Amino acid sequence: MTKEAIVQVHDLSKVYEMGEVRVEALRSVDLSIYEGEMMVLLGASGSGKSTLLNIIGGLDRATSGTVRYRDRDLTSADDKTLTLYRRSSVGFVFQFYNLIPSLTARENVSLVSDIAPDPMPADVALELVGLQDRLDHFPAQLSGGEQQRVAIARAVAKQPELLLCDEPTGALDAETGKLVLRVLDKVNRETGITMAIITHNVAIAAIGDRVVRMSSGEIHYIEENAVRASIDDVEW
Amino acid sequence: MSSLRSLDRKMLRELWRLRGQLVSIGLVVASAVAMVVTMRGTYEALFAARADYYQQSRFADVWATVERAPESIASDLRDMAGVSSVSTRVSTYATLDLPWLDAPGMGLFLSIPDDGRPVLNDLHITSGRYLAPDRSQEVVVSEAFLTANDLVVGDTVRAVLNGRLQELIVVGGAISAEHSYSVPPGALYPDDERYGVFWISRSLLGPVSDLEDAFNDVALKLASGANPDAVIAELDRLLEPYGGTGAYVREDQLSFKILDDELESNRTMGTAMPVVFLGVAAFLMNLVLSRLIATQRNEIGTLKAFGYTDREVARHFLSYAVVAVGLGTVVGSLGGAWAGGAMVELYGDYFKFPVLEYELSWTLVAIAAGVSLVSAVAGSWSAVRKAVSLPPAEAMRPEPPARFSEGWMERSGLGDRLPNAARFVLRNMTRRPLRALMSSFGIAFSVAILVVGMFMFDGVELMMELQFSIVQREDLAVSFNQPVGREAELELARLDGVTRVEPYHAVPVRFRAGHRERELAITGLRSDSELRKVVSEDGLIHPIPLEGIVLSRLVAERLHLSTGDDVDVEMLVGERAEGVVQVAGIVDDLMGIGAYMELDALGRLTRQAPEISGAYLLVNEDDRARVNGELKRTPAVASVVSPDMALESFEEQLEESLLIGVFFLLGFAGVISVAVIYNGTRIALSERGRELASLRVLGFTRPEVARLLFGEQAILTLAAIPMGWALGYVLAAALAASFQSETYRIPTVVSSTTYLVAAVVTIASALASGMLVRRRLDHLDLISVLKTRE
Repeated sequence: MTKEAIVQVHDLSKVYEMGEVRVEALRSVDLSIYEGEMMVLLGASGSGKSTLLNIIGGLDRATSGTVRYRDRDLTSADDKTLTLYRRSSVGFVFQFYNLIPSLTARENVSLVSDIAPDPMPADVALELVGLQDRLDHFPAQLSGGEQQRVAIARAVAKQPELLLCDEPTGALDAETGKLVLRVLDKVNRETGITMAIITHNVAIAAIGDRVVRMSSGEIHYIEENAVRASIDDVEW
Repeated sequence: MSSLRSLDRKMLRELWRLRGQLVSIGLVVASAVAMVVTMRGTYEALFAARADYYQQSRFADVWATVERAPESIASDLRDMAGVSSVSTRVSTYATLDLPWLDAPGMGLFLSIPDDGRPVLNDLHITSGRYLAPDRSQEVVVSEAFLTANDLVVGDTVRAVLNGRLQELIVVGGAISAEHSYSVPPGALYPDDERYGVFWISRSLLGPVSDLEDAFNDVALKLASGANPDAVIAELDRLLEPYGGTGAYVREDQLSFKILDDELESNRTMGTAMPVVFLGVAAFLMNLVLSRLIATQRNEIGTLKAFGYTDREVARHFLSYAVVAVGLGTVVGSLGGAWAGGAMVELYGDYFKFPVLEYELSWTLVAIAAGVSLVSAVAGSWSAVRKAVSLPPAEAMRPEPPARFSEGWMERSGLGDRLPNAARFVLRNMTRRPLRALMSSFGIAFSVAILVVGMFMFDGVELMMELQFSIVQREDLAVSFNQPVGREAELELARLDGVTRVEPYHAVPVRFRAGHRERELAITGLRSDSELRKVVSEDGLIHPIPLEGIVLSRLVAERLHLSTGDDVDVEMLVGERAEGVVQVAGIVDDLMGIGAYMELDALGRLTRQAPEISGAYLLVNEDDRARVNGELKRTPAVASVVSPDMALESFEEQLEESLLIGVFFLLGFAGVISVAVIYNGTRIALSERGRELASLRVLGFTRPEVARLLFGEQAILTLAAIPMGWALGYVLAAALAASFQSETYRIPTVVSSTTYLVAAVVTIASALASGMLVRRRLDHLDLISVLKTRE
């Protein structure tokens, strides 16, 4: 691998103390995410994949171990630094889109690009996801797939280095899900944004450069796909 | 079932989780309940105390004074139809020698029968004892006078009774229903230091007043069902040969009238304010609970999916309303009982009833709690019903994105020019305009309550300013024991330091217009009068016309007179001349009621030699104390009053009771605005928490997210302020209208300070609410956003 690792996770553990019960969500995880790759994080519910993504995204703190983004240590960063990190370097795509219902597609995108240091215009971001004709529609006027594409446009508009997608197709039917994956694939290829996609759907694994399989808070295996599968060939 | 059902347990936990909101709603209910229990309860306590007092003291129904009537006619009076008892007595004013004051005082001396207590208008002994039958030098003195002069039982007071200095032993202090408000002759306000009521044996007072076996004052108790007008007509006829000046009924008795006015305004406050508060509380609970329950849509769906019936679910959510109201009722009753007790104690100093006790009225508590409960349940019910009517599966699914579509903001192009944050805030408001309006209206109510509370001060201040800087511009007002010739004016002018003298003549008369009658004094003033003016509430000076009479609006209204009408006038002194005078003007004055004529025109009407009953003086400041003392030592002078003193005693009286009321209002208004704004923000947070957390995930800072949440509350609050001002003005006008009494009228004026303070207090409440919610906002759970909706 010639590419540089933008995220380096070392010996990462996360323990949730829930009353008297200790839940080990992550156990001594080591992982690197490389510039420009599309990584698929595969695992069943409770395998720790969301916890890992949350910590990488600066939403949660590790119990022990380190997470480095480029040359910055996220494990010891304060709340302000993490906000700044999310603001400039990371994009998020949620399972349930989380669009602001009171803003149009274009406004939802510009809401985020407004606070980014070097954003792409909202129209361009929406064109990238194929929604150039739906700029002034409100979320309620868009289908689920369209809403998720607005969410992707919103995430990429600020030109993050890293895009984290948590079950981006989880709330969609297969056809629409594929449409969304196609958009993510396109964004990754055309903009070079590094992507980490969380899914429990094994079929999706084939579209990534690498597949990280998690279970019980540990990385079970990491597999490199020689060729990223075409999304048309994915079936579920 | 012995153990708590799960649903009940959930309810308890939910109640705990929502405690902040429920407590704030409860506090609104508590305010309303306390308001009802305090204000209305105080009125009821005063009302009961007065009834008790009048009954105990055998308070008379009719009074009459004569110059001198033989005691033998008392039996004729007793035989009159409609009269159940008669009490005659001797009444006279006497100069008091009070060495510790710079000028003599004055006492009203009333006789007590030698053989026991008076049949009517008995006194209530507060210290010491009653007069002993055989010791004529004993006096019982009005408690207020004793207190003001630091006198106690056993002290002596010297009085000049009919030219003879008498040393009198104070054996007791007393209060009397007849003199609960005792004003020196010619003055407008009490002066407890210089003026007191003295009860003394008739065997002493009769002879020294040249009234042995005679009386000059009589009181009657009417038989039940008697016609007071007929009794008065007959009484006047019987007393006329003895110099009767016209009998009058309770309603015209000064102490009764003042007390009645006080109780009336107390009743208004005790009824109007609680009604406003209950209304506001009802509205708020409706608003807040319906929004609160709307945020629980998911849970309602889940419960139904488990098989809970609509009824069980509804009962569960209605418990919020019940708990909030229950909490509010308990706190409100306790607080109200405490405040009512304090208020009654304060009134006790002022009204001096023998027995004045505050009792918590469970009826009032029940009414207040009932109204609150009904409105809370009604508000909750609409939201619960909406949630229950959804199929469980639908209720459990995340709510579809709220419907937004192009509105006026987009079409007008205004939207394009606004930053996204502003758009976020404005769209949320314009999407639910009614709800935004209602929330704003709720805040407006608290602004209005503040305006109403402080308006009382504004009104009183204006009233006093008019009275003491435009109406009464004299330095001293002198009144004589009885009318004197015009030459007295010259004598006053000769006093060293007196720079201007304006005489006045007050003539007691009876006005008659059709079948309506009214007894009042006509005040004769010079048409070029500078020291006394007839001024209406707008500050306009009404010149004294050379012919005709100017009446207070209240008098004109009661007699159904308008400008240009003729009114019959019967003098109640001297030859009892009768005449007709034209109403030349009607004035909206603010204090007292009056009838004014030009001095000479009044002389022509009375058909008597020109006389004056007193004068208004301008005196050089350095000479004032000396002139005051000199005048008070002059035998013919009944009283010397300076407006400063009057102003002081009036301010003291009025402001203390007002201050307490305003203190309550401020507290309650604060509670209301915090309740509305805090709940509005909390609910907005639960409605938009997910959106806001998403934005935090996307890199928004805490202040940026806070701006989105608080922007809406800020706009609602700012919009509420002018609305509240207008609402407050309307309420103030209504309150002012209900405050009309013969003692004073409060003009509807609201000062800019009042408006400003109302706005500032509201904004401060909004900021405080914002800070309470800010903590929660800062601890939004960012991770939950990435998960499915619960």
